[in-house]
Amino acid sequence: MKNIENKGGNEAIASLPPSNKSAIELKNITKKFGYVVANSDVNLKVRTGTIHGIVGENGAGKSTLMNILFGLYKPDNGMIFLNGQAVDVNSPEKSIALGIGMVHQHFMLVPTFTVLENAMLGNEGSMLLKSGEKFVLERLKGLSNNYGLNVNFEAIISDTPVGMQQRVEILKALNRGAKILILDEPTGVLTPQETIGLFDILRSLREQGVTIILITHKLKEIMSITDTVSVMRGGKVVADFSTAETSPEELAENMVGRKVLLSIKKPTLKVGKPVLEVKNVSHESKDGVFVLKNISFDLKEGEILGIAGVAGNGQSELLDILSGIETLQRGQITINDKTILPHQDWNSKKAREFGIAHVPEDRHKRGLVLPFFNYENSILGYHGNEDYSNGLLMDKRKILNFVDDLVENFDVRPRSSSISSGKLSGGNQQKLVLAREIESSPNILLVGQPTRGVDIGAIERIYEDLMKLKSRGTAILLVSVELDEIMSLSDRIIVMNQGTIVGETSSSNATELEIGKMMSGLEQV
Amino acid sequence: MSDSNIIPKWLSVGVIPLMNLFLAFCVSGLFIFFVGENPFRAIFVMIKGAFYYPGAIGYTLYYTTNFIFTGLAVALAFHARLFNIGGEGQAYVGGLGVGLVCLIFDQHVVGFLVTILAILGSVIFGAIWGTIPGYLQAKRGSHIVITTIMFNFIAAALMVYLLVNVIIEPGQMSPETRDFASGVGLMQIHILAKYVGLEMAMSPLNLSFIVALTVSVGFWFLVWRTKFGYEVRSLGHSETAAIYAGIKVSSTIIIVMAISGGLAGLVAINELLGVHNKLLLGFTAGYGFTGIAVALMGRNHPVGIFLASLLFGALYQGGTELDFEFSSITREMVLLIQGLIILFSGALAYMLNPMMERIYLKYYGDYNNA
Repeated sequence: MKNIENKGGNEAIASLPPSNKSAIELKNITKKFGYVVANSDVNLKVRTGTIHGIVGENGAGKSTLMNILFGLYKPDNGMIFLNGQAVDVNSPEKSIALGIGMVHQHFMLVPTFTVLENAMLGNEGSMLLKSGEKFVLERLKGLSNNYGLNVNFEAIISDTPVGMQQRVEILKALNRGAKILILDEPTGVLTPQETIGLFDILRSLREQGVTIILITHKLKEIMSITDTVSVMRGGKVVADFSTAETSPEELAENMVGRKVLLSIKKPTLKVGKPVLEVKNVSHESKDGVFVLKNISFDLKEGEILGIAGVAGNGQSELLDILSGIETLQRGQITINDKTILPHQDWNSKKAREFGIAHVPEDRHKRGLVLPFFNYENSILGYHGNEDYSNGLLMDKRKILNFVDDLVENFDVRPRSSSISSGKLSGGNQQKLVLAREIESSPNILLVGQPTRGVDIGAIERIYEDLMKLKSRGTAILLVSVELDEIMSLSDRIIVMNQGTIVGETSSSNATELEIGKMMSGLEQV
Repeated sequence: MSDSNIIPKWLSVGVIPLMNLFLAFCVSGLFIFFVGENPFRAIFVMIKGAFYYPGAIGYTLYYTTNFIFTGLAVALAFHARLFNIGGEGQAYVGGLGVGLVCLIFDQHVVGFLVTILAILGSVIFGAIWGTIPGYLQAKRGSHIVITTIMFNFIAAALMVYLLVNVIIEPGQMSPETRDFASGVGLMQIHILAKYVGLEMAMSPLNLSFIVALTVSVGFWFLVWRTKFGYEVRSLGHSETAAIYAGIKVSSTIIIVMAISGGLAGLVAINELLGVHNKLLLGFTAGYGFTGIAVALMGRNHPVGIFLASLLFGALYQGGTELDFEFSSITREMVLLIQGLIILFSGALAYMLNPMMERIYLKYYGDYNNA
């Protein structure tokens, strides 16, 4: 392991006396799950009062390592040192007592409790709730002022925006006395503006001597906030850098183990006539909330239309309606001059007949039947086609031929027709779903979160396939929470917030900040 | 429930069920020991009772037939992730189908044809009794477990009413119908054997056993080779994926429950057309419930179900022998042994998996990983 030198060059750090003590040191950590070696001989050193980034593809072992540090898993081998002393972190309680706090990717908050009740959970200050509340509120207010953690203590969690929920998580950790804070993919649910706010908070925490470990797959964030960074690949730490001395390219190369080209060559293509027209579509959820309000747009041949927005602002429901999973309640949809009106017979089967293919947002829940073999999944949704079935019996030989070509042409690994799809990596599962949908030669492809939980190598391939499909003239509707992805793939971008379209822009003259503002609903264009 | 990803299939479907069975017998042995008998002798008596005495195998296979039908019924529903607890009631009402067909037609139509119609009657009546809970689940969201249990009670009450008040043989005390006409029924195997010159001990084993084997093959074909089977399994593994794939969830549920009920209804042909030759009270004797254990143990596959049915058939037959042979082992003791087998093979089916995984990895893990 190379020694990490603190040349962060950050003003905040420069103003502090350089600290040489390491807050955390992991030595030779190894953890196996069955055959899978999640962490192998990992060494990691994080200096007190710094922000340390950990990057790596999915399955590189980042989360396992942090779960070991937080006491959720017991390592098979290796030692953990906190402030120079060997410790045995065998449970989250122990880890909290040792001053480690973790903000999980999915927040661990009680939605019906107030902000205060959530923040004091685990350190209530007194047996009697009332007197404890007063006492803890004082302390929390102090913390909140010190670090710029603005929250409304009286609000009920479920009514607060995600950005605030995250601040509550941080407060909760600090209230329990955390001196080391682990953040697992903290920006996944945030708008660009909220991310900037979070980073300000992290900087001020660092100034006060808190040590922060940031797990992310966004290299831009690593570059902008960390002092040092470790790259993990295949369960090992493959490189340590001082952030100031590295570049995103170098990090990406280390993550994948080879050079990656993440720039996308968009085929120049004149867009054709509209193939999908959505007019005044509204949708009421089961709870009686309007999740879509008067959505109208059109999509043309050979065009990629990106829908940007923070997760949960109606994008999923829109995909569900267009793909026939949900019935259309209000408005109308026209596909190749055929119009669907509310409460008409509209289902996934019909959507496919109309030439709509759908790569769903959640491939585990929708796109695949996980215990099925690849050959069974390769025809999911198309299993009634004449090619594979005569209406009664399935033609297994034809299906096997088909899937053999499919895994070959779309580079699904391992190239096996008879392996459970659940055993494939996320990237290969996604390639299989995409392959199936592309092979149906659709007019319109709906794509939700094409690269969620997908490693960089597979992302490259998926982008290529989408571009190939576009050059064939297929209209593509792309929903993603990754703004970078939307901006680099789409020809045109619409932004959704709280079930409405709040803006539209062409990708060539949009800036991230501009779209970010629209995503947060602050600005209507 | 899910099978392990780590250990190979021969361990998870071969060795582990046998170990579960072994454990069940060990615990049963303890109980037998505590009531003052020799467990080894008890096992010996059971095996002899099930396979050795003249006609013993016939009896064992006759019970096996019932379990195949009810086991397949539960298994099919399970492939769509529906827990059909109603095999008992469906079999019972299937009997009503057999009874009605025979009572109405056997005086006027040739026996062979009546038998065919009666078989159809058992399937259709059983199917109706399965379809109603299926419909309620699919369209009204009433939980299938609750409704099928209730339908068992309704079936029982209905049959008591009909057999006591309506279709009872006039002038009779016991709640049974009159005997079916002599040409009606499924021939018993030992009689059939006599025709081809073979001498076999008398047993209730009849042509229903052949029907059961045929239906088992059909079951495999339906589940793994047809478009409908594909849709059923998609639905069973992931309803969301099934909806995504354009599969009509509610009609699939209803059809599955209809077929499942029909399969359970076939118990009636073994009991009524093969043995009793009349419709009588309580002929289902718990076969429907045991079918749940059979399906669990057989991992919802016809081959597994056949083997599990054979085991339970042997237990039923051998258990009767146990009851005869030992004064201190009663019928209840035999039920206890069956219960232990259900417990270890069904409810605790995956208990040994973590241990096997560890052992397997210890000896083969590195080798496989390399």
